[in-house]
Amino acid sequence: MSAEKATHQLPTDHYIVNVGPQHPSTHGGAHLQTVLDGEIIVDTVVKLGYVHRSVEKIAESKTFTQFIPYTARLDYLSGCLPPLAYTQAVEKLLDIFPTERAEYIRIIMAEFSRISSHLLCIGSLALDLGATTACIYCVRDREQIMDMFEMVGGQRLLLSFLRVGGVSHDLPENFYPAARRFIKELPKMIDEYHAVITGNEILQRRLKGVGRLSTEDALAYGVTGPNLRASGFDYDIRRDDPYGIYDRFKFEVPIDSGGDAWARYLVRVEELVQSARIIEQALDSLPEGDICAKTPRLLKAPENQDVYHHIESSKGELGFYIVGAAGKDKPHRLHVRAPSFINLQVLPMICRGAKFQDLITNIATLDPVLGEADR
Amino acid sequence: MDLWFTNIANYIVQLLMSWGFPYFWADLILLLIQWMCVLAIVVLDVIILIWLERKAAGFIQMRLGPNRLGPFGIFQTIADAIKLMTKEDIIPNKVDKWIFLTAPLFMIFISVMLYLVLPIGEGLAVVDLDVGLLYFLSLSSLTTICVLMAGWGSNNKWSLMGAMRAVAQMITYEVPLILSLLGIVMITGSLRLSDIVAAQSHVWLIIMQPLALICYFIAATAELNRGPFDMPEAEQELTAGAYTEYTGMRWALFFLAEYTNLVAVSALFVCLFLGGWHGPFLPQWLWIPVKTYVVICVFFWIKWTFPRIRMDHLMSFSWKVLIPLSLLNIVLTGFGIEIFAWVRGL
Amino acid sequence: MSAFNWENIFTDLLNQFGEEKLQRQDSRLSQGIMAEAAIVPEVLCILRDQYAFNHLANLTVTDFEDEFEVIYHLYQIPGSQNIVLKSRIKRVSPNMPSVTELFPTADWQEREAFDLMGVTFTGHPNLIRVLLPDDFEGHPLRKDFNRREWQEVISGLKGD
Repeated sequence: MSAEKATHQLPTDHYIVNVGPQHPSTHGGAHLQTVLDGEIIVDTVVKLGYVHRSVEKIAESKTFTQFIPYTARLDYLSGCLPPLAYTQAVEKLLDIFPTERAEYIRIIMAEFSRISSHLLCIGSLALDLGATTACIYCVRDREQIMDMFEMVGGQRLLLSFLRVGGVSHDLPENFYPAARRFIKELPKMIDEYHAVITGNEILQRRLKGVGRLSTEDALAYGVTGPNLRASGFDYDIRRDDPYGIYDRFKFEVPIDSGGDAWARYLVRVEELVQSARIIEQALDSLPEGDICAKTPRLLKAPENQDVYHHIESSKGELGFYIVGAAGKDKPHRLHVRAPSFINLQVLPMICRGAKFQDLITNIATLDPVLGEADR
Repeated sequence: MDLWFTNIANYIVQLLMSWGFPYFWADLILLLIQWMCVLAIVVLDVIILIWLERKAAGFIQMRLGPNRLGPFGIFQTIADAIKLMTKEDIIPNKVDKWIFLTAPLFMIFISVMLYLVLPIGEGLAVVDLDVGLLYFLSLSSLTTICVLMAGWGSNNKWSLMGAMRAVAQMITYEVPLILSLLGIVMITGSLRLSDIVAAQSHVWLIIMQPLALICYFIAATAELNRGPFDMPEAEQELTAGAYTEYTGMRWALFFLAEYTNLVAVSALFVCLFLGGWHGPFLPQWLWIPVKTYVVICVFFWIKWTFPRIRMDHLMSFSWKVLIPLSLLNIVLTGFGIEIFAWVRGL
Repeated sequence: MSAFNWENIFTDLLNQFGEEKLQRQDSRLSQGIMAEAAIVPEVLCILRDQYAFNHLANLTVTDFEDEFEVIYHLYQIPGSQNIVLKSRIKRVSPNMPSVTELFPTADWQEREAFDLMGVTFTGHPNLIRVLLPDDFEGHPLRKDFNRREWQEVISGLKGD
C-alpha cells in the first residue's frame, strides 16, 4: 500500500488480549497472550505453569508404588493411560513381567480411557464452538464409561487401578455386560455425533481449513498422537512399537491428510471405532489367571539404570523417563514426556493470521490437558 | 369475547369522562394504564420464557432442566430474579461511569417501546402508528447502541470486542432485514401494522412471501444476537462479551431486554407472516400470544442445535446470500403484483 | 532410509569424532552414545539427516550430584528404532548447545530443562522460564534445592 493512502486512514494499533488463565475455553489454566489486529491473530504467546504441581520433584521422594496415584493426575481425562505408561516403565526398569490376565485388563481399561478422552475432546470442541447440545451428547455417552470405571476402581476419573506387575484387583462381574453394551451402542452414538456435529454446515465451515498443520511442521515440532495422524503421518506407537500385548490385536490406524481442525476431529471419531474393536477382541480373549505378578513388597531398582518408555496416550506420545539408583526404592529422577505440553508448541504457529474464533477451535482440536502440560 | 379488551378500554374512558375528565385526559390515563399493562406483560413473559427456554434446552439435551422449585421448576426464574435483585451492584473502578450505568436502562427502555405499535388484536395496539413497521425496525436496531455503550463503557477488552462484533453484525443484518420486508409493504401498501395484519384475513403472507420469510427469520436471529449468531456474547470466546463486567440487576436488565426483544420480534414476525390475530376458534387476542410462543420455540430450537457461526462467515453470508435473495424477492414480488393485477383485469 | 544397523552408525560416528569425544553406552534397555557437549548438535544432525532419526521424542536433564546429564531420546518414526544420546556437563554454570534449530520441538523442552534444572542452552532463541513464574529463584529439580527454605518463602515466614 502506498504511504500516501495510509496517511488518510485512521491509525490502528494491535490489541493484546489475555485469553486465560481464567477463560472458559482454555481447557484448564493456560494463559494465551494474544496480539490481535481487529479479529485477526497476529501472534500468540502461550504461558504455562498455572497447574504446575512439581510432579517430577514429588516422584523423587515417593516409592515406585506410591507414585502411581500421582500419574493419574497428569492427564486427568484419560484415567488409566498415564498409570499404564508409568507402571510399564517401572516394570521395564525392574524387570518384572505382568500376568497375562492383567495385560488384557490393562488394555481394556486403557482403551476405555482413550474413548472417554476422545469423547470429551469432541464434546468440548462442540461446546467451544457454541454447540452445547452436541457436547451434552458426548458427555452423556462418556458417562457410561465413567460408571464402568466406578465399578472397577471406585473412582470415576482418577483411577489408580494399575499396579506394578498387574492391576490392583479383578474386574467386577457387572463390568462385562456394561462394557459389551457400550461397545454395541457405540456405532449408534457415533451416528448421532455425525448427525449433530459432522453434518452441520456451520461446524464444517468453522473446522475445514482452520489451523492447518503440515506434516513436516508436525514432525519437526514433535507433535504426536491424533494430531500427527491428522497431518497425514502414519505413526501409532501401539502398532509401530507395540507395548504390552498390543501386537495381538487387529486394528487400523486412521490417517487424514488434511492437517486442519476438521481432520483432527475426524481422526478422533474414527479412533473411537478402532478402540472399541480392540476392547471387543480383548474381552473375547480375556484369559483366566492371576491379576498381579508376584512382586516384592518394596520395589527396588536392581542397578543404576535409566529407562524411557512411551505409550500412545489419547493425546499423543506419553513417555516416562525414569532413572533408578541401585538398591533404592525411589527413582533418582523421573521425567514425563507430556504430549499436551509438546503439542501446544504449535499453537502460535497454526493460529497466526487466523481469526480470533479460530484460536478457540485450535485449542480444542489440539486437545491439550493442562494438568499434563504443566505437570 | 373477541372484544373484551376494547370494551374494557371504552368502559374506562367513559368512566373517567363521567367523572368530569375531558376526553384528552381520559385518553392519556388510558394510555398510562396500557403502558403499565405492557410492562406487566413483558415481565411476566420474560419470567415464563426463561423457564421455558431452560426446559426446552433440557428437553433437547435429554436432561430435566429446572425441577426443584414448584411444579416443573416453574418458580426457578422467580428465585433467580430475587437473587439478582439482592446481589451487590458492582461498578468497577475504571469504567466510564455514566455510559456503564445507563446502558442497561436504555436497553430495556427501547425494548419495551417496541411493544407500543404491536397490534395484539384488532384495534388492540397501544398506538397504531401509520409508520409502525418503520418505527419498530428503527427502534430495534437502536438496541445495538446500548450494547456498544455497555462494551465501550466497561473498559474491558472482551466487552469492547463484543461491542464491535455487535455493531458489525447490526450493520450487516439490518440491510437484509429491511429489504426482505419491502415485499410485504408492496403487497399490503401500508406501513401500519394493523393494516398489514388485516390484509391477511384470507391468505397469510407466509404463502405469498416464503423467500422473505426465510431472509427475515435469519436476519432477525442475527439482530436478536441469538445463537447461532450470538457473537457479541459468545461465552466460549469472549467470556460474556459486552456484558462481562455487569453483575446483579444491571446484568439482569440486559437479560430482560434480550428476552423482551425476542418476544417483540417474534410477535412482529407473527403479524407480518403468520396472519396476526386471524385464526379459528380462539378469540383474536389469544391468537397472537399462541403464535408468538410457537415462533419463540423455533428460535429456542435453533439456538440449542447449532454451533456459533464465525464472524467473517456471518458477514459473507449476509452480503453474498441474504441481501441478493431479499433483492430478488422484491423483484419477484413486483412481478407477482403486476401479474395478479393483469389476471384480475381479464 | 538406511536400514538400522547400530554397529555401522556408531562406527561411522566414531570415525568422524574420535574416541575421546564419543563413547558407546549400551545397557540392558537401550543403545546409547555418550558424547561431549560441544558435538551434540553435530551428532544429532548426522543422526537426523543420514540415519533418519526424525523424531526427538524426549529431552531432559538429570542431576547426578557432581554433574548434569542431558539426555536426548531419538526415534525413527514410523518405526521403533531408537537411540539415546547422553552428554555430561559440569554442574557449575552448566552450558549446553541448543538443538532448537535441528528439532524445533526442543524449544519448550529446553526451556523446561532451563526452568527446572538451570541448564543454559546456548543459542536458544527464547530461553525463559516456561512452567514456573518469571520471578522464581532457583531451580527446583536440582538435588540441592532447599525445599524447606522455599516453603518458608512462599508461606511468608521468611524473606520479603
